[in-house]
Amino acid sequence: MTPDFSKNHFDLFALPVSFDIDVPALERAYRDLQREVHPDRFAAASDAEKRLAAQWATRANEGYLTLKTPLKRGRYFLRIHGIDTEEESNTAMPLDFLEQQMAWREAVVDAKAARDEQKLDALAAQRDGEEKIMFAQLARELSAAATLTDARLTVRKLRFLEKLGEEIDEALEALTA
Amino acid sequence: MALLQIAEPGEATAPHQHRLAVGIDLGTTNSLVATVKSGVAEVLPNADGDPLLPSVVRYGKDAPAIVGSAAKLSQAEDPENTIVSVKRFMGRGIADVARYGALPYRFVDAPGMVKIETVAGVKSPVDVSAEILKVLRVQAEASLAGELVGAVITVPAYFDDAQRQATRDAARLAGINVLRLLNEPTAAAVAYGLDNASEGTFAVFDLGGGTFDISILRLAKGIFEVLATNGDSSLGGDDFDQAIGAHWRNANGIASASHRDTRRLLMKAREVKELLTTQENAETTLPLSYGQEFRLKLSRAEFQAMTAALVQRTLQPVKKALRDAKLSVGDIDGIVMVGGATRMPHVQKAVADFFGRTPLNNLDPDKVVALGAAIQANVLAGNRAADDLLLLDVIPLSLGLETMGGLVEKVIPRNSTIPMARAQEFTTFKDGQTAMAIHVVQGERELVKDCRSLARFELRGIPPMVAGAVRIQVLFQVDADGLLSVSARETVSGAETRIEVKPSYGLTDIEIAGMLKASFSHAEEDLLARALSEQRVEAARMIEALQAALAKDGEVLLSADERADISAAMNDLARIVERDNHLAIKEAIARLSTVTEDFAARRMDRSVADALRGRKLEDVKI
Repeated sequence: MTPDFSKNHFDLFALPVSFDIDVPALERAYRDLQREVHPDRFAAASDAEKRLAAQWATRANEGYLTLKTPLKRGRYFLRIHGIDTEEESNTAMPLDFLEQQMAWREAVVDAKAARDEQKLDALAAQRDGEEKIMFAQLARELSAAATLTDARLTVRKLRFLEKLGEEIDEALEALTA
Repeated sequence: MALLQIAEPGEATAPHQHRLAVGIDLGTTNSLVATVKSGVAEVLPNADGDPLLPSVVRYGKDAPAIVGSAAKLSQAEDPENTIVSVKRFMGRGIADVARYGALPYRFVDAPGMVKIETVAGVKSPVDVSAEILKVLRVQAEASLAGELVGAVITVPAYFDDAQRQATRDAARLAGINVLRLLNEPTAAAVAYGLDNASEGTFAVFDLGGGTFDISILRLAKGIFEVLATNGDSSLGGDDFDQAIGAHWRNANGIASASHRDTRRLLMKAREVKELLTTQENAETTLPLSYGQEFRLKLSRAEFQAMTAALVQRTLQPVKKALRDAKLSVGDIDGIVMVGGATRMPHVQKAVADFFGRTPLNNLDPDKVVALGAAIQANVLAGNRAADDLLLLDVIPLSLGLETMGGLVEKVIPRNSTIPMARAQEFTTFKDGQTAMAIHVVQGERELVKDCRSLARFELRGIPPMVAGAVRIQVLFQVDADGLLSVSARETVSGAETRIEVKPSYGLTDIEIAGMLKASFSHAEEDLLARALSEQRVEAARMIEALQAALAKDGEVLLSADERADISAAMNDLARIVERDNHLAIKEAIARLSTVTEDFAARRMDRSVADALRGRKLEDVKI
């Protein structure tokens, strides 16, 4: 028997379905849930209970990770509203955004080659600033039914920024190694 | 056994017996076993009163292996057959161990894991570790005067799947029921956190004899949540000994030595390293087997200069762990130092400089891991309400699959909280392709060849379709021990092909049983007696847990018929337990387990609902 996983992640943690979430409330709910379902609580239980515990704890971890991470949360919010963000299939992007991304990536590559840590830190800060603006836009778009489809592009842009962040981190790691 | 009695709903059942469970720190240099007595964790000393068992095993011809101090004393005499620091070989190939420097062993290349040729035959690191664990089990059972329900065994947080699997196999081979594999820094945090009633964000810096771990944890209300972990599973105190050894070789023109001399040199290096923790200068003499004797000196300044790079190597993982946890140095409320190698003053200083605060050293760095493991073992054995302690740990390295061009597709990223499951879809490359090779890897690099290969298997019987039409879902599941299992299924045709894979180096249950059998002197009888005793313990545990569950929830969550079915299955098990047939008991346990599945699911659903209403199950009055 498999536990009832028909609830969405918001319901699982007894939170209103909204992109704008109460993070401390999420953390509290996650911990309260894990206290009940974690396999450590069932170490002396039957195999059936152990299996259930593992399934529930896995579900709690997955839900927590999804809601805790803003980009995953945005993507998930759209998904439960029946909207696919088309991150694999739709590569259409406004030209100015792509140009800016390319400029940034070149700057990262150059700074890495020049072993310029300050430059990389500055790029990271710039990226963080851009990401913050874009998350604010995502929050606005996800707060009204009429703009939900607009949010798809914002999610795709944020995915670009996420990748850029990973590249900067890798460059910084390579410098200090 | 008489018919079972079932208490009235709401009526407390009799307090159960204290179950004997231990925590084992299976260390590179020393191993320890600890338990909780009257609510206090303590290390169990051996017959000589010594809490530390040197992790040294000496094999003799036609004689039982010698483990511990006696083996340690003979290491220079018989280096090829005296295995020191075996933990560094666990789950490692011959190319990995070659990087450790000069070692006095006859290594044998073997698939998955290196082996060592000894006078008693070829031994795998799993065999050697099992010898150490056996001694600890016997020591614990003698000291506690009873049979162990199980043990929590600690592993470095940065151990990969191969190393974890090897550790669990060693424990099973030693006849130990593994309650959980626990990450060493997490164990240390438990001992430390409970001792100091700490709340906040902590870094555990764990430099042992052969491994280095850094874990960042958040402690709040009894929950220990690992935010990120990193490390180097082949960096430890032994590398500092090797550095001194290499220096002396060069400085004194010590000719390329025999195995015996290599071991002597390393022993002297360790002795001097330890002296330099409290002294500015140290010296020793090294008599070599060909008659020559060297006077060897070293100052603390020289030692620190020659090992500065090793200390620096610990700081990279620290930075990565902080970055993964999205924290900076200023967010850390305390640094806990673990492992004997953190006694070195320049390690303490480097950590203090990095974090800008003095690390905490108020628990014995040699014992803290075993103590934490004992506390967790006590919880898992059911001796303590799990309410007040819960560990949420992570996997240290990303898990992925090989895709076209030798690239890695990550399926579960590092620092994911466990247990975790993730499915990923793949498709065929060629028209009419009916089989697919699935290669599971672990590591952070983009190319398969730079990651650790965990398992390869083939999914066959894929219906022939055009390239890209087939959907193959590969499911990765990581359990609470951090161990991976992978299954694959073809979803389009509906014809399910499901394969469970265990990493290739892991031992199967049959192999373990065979090895266990070979290791017992009165093989058949002992094995049967052991199996019977295990099944009886299991049955008693299950009945006790079920009675408690029925007393609490039986009336509310079950119909009269369901209760009758469960009672019948339970009484059946109670009758069968009396017979000397372990297989029959096993079957009865399985039947009872099946009958109670729905009940378990309902209880779980209600717990979840109650948890989210902010109420504990215990507070709910029905």
